[in-house]
Amino acid sequence: MEANTINTTRQFVTFKLEQKEYGIDIQNVSIIEKVLPVTRVPKTPGFIKGVVNLRGEIIPIMDLRMRFNLPEAEPTEETRVIILKVDEFVFGIVVDSVAEVLNLSANTIESTANLGNSSNVEFIQGVGKVDDRIVILLNLERLVKINS
Amino acid sequence: MDMSQYLEIFIDESKEHLQSMNECLLQLEKDPASDVLNEIFRVAHTLKGMSGTMGFSRMAKLTHDMEDILSILRSGEIKINPELVDLLFQCLDALEKYVDNVVNTSNEGDNDNDDIIRALKNVKDNNQGGAAPAAEKTAAKPVTVAVNSANPTANFQLNEYDMNVINKANEIGVNAFKITVILNKGCLLKSARSFIIFQTLERYSEIIKSEPKVEDIEDEKFDFEFTVVVLSKESQELFNKELNSIAEVEEVIINRIEPGSGAVEAQKASPDAKASASGTDAQKGHEDNKQATGAKKAGKTVRVDIDRLDNLMNLVSELIIIKTRLDGLKDSDDKQSSDEAIEYLERISTSLHDAVMKVRMVPVETVFNRFPRMIRDIAKDLGKEINLIMSGEETELDRTVIDEIGDPLIHCLRNSADHGIESPQKRLQAGKPEAGNIYLRAYQSGNNVIIEVEDDGNGINVEKVRRKAIEKGVINENTAKNMSKKDFVNLLFKPSFSTADKVTDLSGRGVGLDVVKTKIEALGGSIEVETEEGKGSRFIIQLPLTLAIIQALMVMIGQEKYAIPLSNVHKIQYIAPNEIKMVQEQEVILYRNNVIPIIRLDKVLDSKADETPKKQLTVVIVKKGEKLSGFMVDSFIGQQEIVIKSLGKLLQGIKSISGATILGDGNVALILDVNSLA
Repeated sequence: MEANTINTTRQFVTFKLEQKEYGIDIQNVSIIEKVLPVTRVPKTPGFIKGVVNLRGEIIPIMDLRMRFNLPEAEPTEETRVIILKVDEFVFGIVVDSVAEVLNLSANTIESTANLGNSSNVEFIQGVGKVDDRIVILLNLERLVKINS
Repeated sequence: MDMSQYLEIFIDESKEHLQSMNECLLQLEKDPASDVLNEIFRVAHTLKGMSGTMGFSRMAKLTHDMEDILSILRSGEIKINPELVDLLFQCLDALEKYVDNVVNTSNEGDNDNDDIIRALKNVKDNNQGGAAPAAEKTAAKPVTVAVNSANPTANFQLNEYDMNVINKANEIGVNAFKITVILNKGCLLKSARSFIIFQTLERYSEIIKSEPKVEDIEDEKFDFEFTVVVLSKESQELFNKELNSIAEVEEVIINRIEPGSGAVEAQKASPDAKASASGTDAQKGHEDNKQATGAKKAGKTVRVDIDRLDNLMNLVSELIIIKTRLDGLKDSDDKQSSDEAIEYLERISTSLHDAVMKVRMVPVETVFNRFPRMIRDIAKDLGKEINLIMSGEETELDRTVIDEIGDPLIHCLRNSADHGIESPQKRLQAGKPEAGNIYLRAYQSGNNVIIEVEDDGNGINVEKVRRKAIEKGVINENTAKNMSKKDFVNLLFKPSFSTADKVTDLSGRGVGLDVVKTKIEALGGSIEVETEEGKGSRFIIQLPLTLAIIQALMVMIGQEKYAIPLSNVHKIQYIAPNEIKMVQEQEVILYRNNVIPIIRLDKVLDSKADETPKKQLTVVIVKKGEKLSGFMVDSFIGQQEIVIKSLGKLLQGIKSISGATILGDGNVALILDVNSLA
């Protein structure tokens, strides 16, 4: 019974970016931080904002707005950095605000096959539907491939 | 049972044992009369036990056969001769291969080393001739059986006496059973496990026969199964149940022996349903285990002196005390006690830093100890006589440096043995003793460790280097005129430069000292050579104590702070803007009569530069190998000790940045990779 429940519901941390709601598997989220001073790293793609010192560890930070080709925005009180761990990659993403932790069961998640040609479809793993909300679930494995 | 937890212990310990075997063999070769044989025997025996316990049967077999020879040697029946020592060295190499395989794959590999085993057997057989020592043979048997025969029970024979006893017992209503117990392959303490099984059996029955012998079982001289014959009034099911309830027993096969028949019941495998079921379960579990450990490789470990850990522990507890003290001071206005507390905290953090660094330190001995064997082999190959004299093995270096320093040192030593030391005839002609000396010294000097490789050989023929350099077009006649002896010697570090006339197996392929130099510089060190023709040469390698903390020059480029490792900095130079000249679209300056390129770091690093025109420009002259370049920066902040941190996997492979460090204010500064920028 218990195994069944785990199989069918997954927890996602949801955040907002340009009014849209996105979700990340909670297993990949280490910690959520306020904006930290960033040191620029030369010779990196534009969406890599740089590195931060998170309690003695150097962590690269990715600007998700730039990664998704969204207009730039100044950080606000709500701006957060979500520190993620995907396989051996540890990095942070800058988001407009963090919303909540969401339980999604498998039957409410739709694949991206019928999403058509949205520009950022490559980073999308699926779409979750809760009531009348739509949460875009990110494909983090794709997100860490920064050189292509 | 999961073996992986023991794997690391096995690897560490077998490496230590192999090392001591190596040393003993070298000593044995030098002085065949010495009593190191006992030590070698002891090591071989320990290795046999360890590998047997871990289920590495090939390794166990090889050590076992080695033991046979060693015991013959020990008894004085054969005298030590060079061939035998060579054979023992071959065994050692094979064992090292096994251990290497274990390190890489958690498995010993499938090389049986048949030729070595055959050679060992030959020596043994030649010696045995007619009068084979009986003890040797019986000792050899269980292991050979264990390795070669998958089914030892096939050898099981009941003699007339046994049958007599069984028949008698049967008459008074006591049954005889033949019980074969197969232990789980992961079983570690086989003898202890067997002891429990024997105890259980003895509770219900009388054991009249055992194969292998009880003594052999106690000495773990069996594979994973043994067979006993017991007399008991109890039923077959009871034995089945009792034995299957013992941990690590994989399978129990029980057969009743019919009296009078003189033969064991034909069908050997008739365990009841439960036994076979649990057996296969265990089997399956074992296989899963094997897959899991197969994938995992042994991690990197450092052995740490317990005193150092205690020291670390003490410091941490002091840290906790000071934290409590600071907590108490939080709301008070007592400036003096808070200053005191902070001072105390500073002292602890410094000591803590030292203590942690010490934990990472490994004596260079771990690298040095493989060299005597190497030099011996080289000397043999080349027909030279070479003594390797080492000192300062206890000098400590950071683990990361230790891991990298082996290859460059091997290069240098080979170089000395091959090019440096002359053949015995030549040495005699030159009035030197026949045997050449190579000195390998390590010592600490400030924040560096110096390793010297010195030989009393031929030295470097500077004239030959000069000719060769001109021949190869490395330099031209004109520049050669202005070069000092030292400059010529340094040419040896240029890529594809070799002075050996003959290309030997060891050196002369032209990939030599330049690789050494590159490697050592990558470690933040430097290499120099001093030589005197006819008397010998000396390579001096300077290495940083640790890679984790370095001295760096902090500079400003635009609004950003960067660190340049001080080991790369040659000089700091102020120049006027008009000193910069253009040569083929490249900005250069003249520095000590050399033309060196100028690299504007703000352009390379795309930083927003300070655009105001300056009267004086700041140039950091850096060296990349022999080459100098000028890095133009905006200003200096100063020299500082920095802790190197990685940029993480996401940003790995970025050119021009080698890492990052955290500054006193908590901000991050990047460390420039001089090798890729210059």
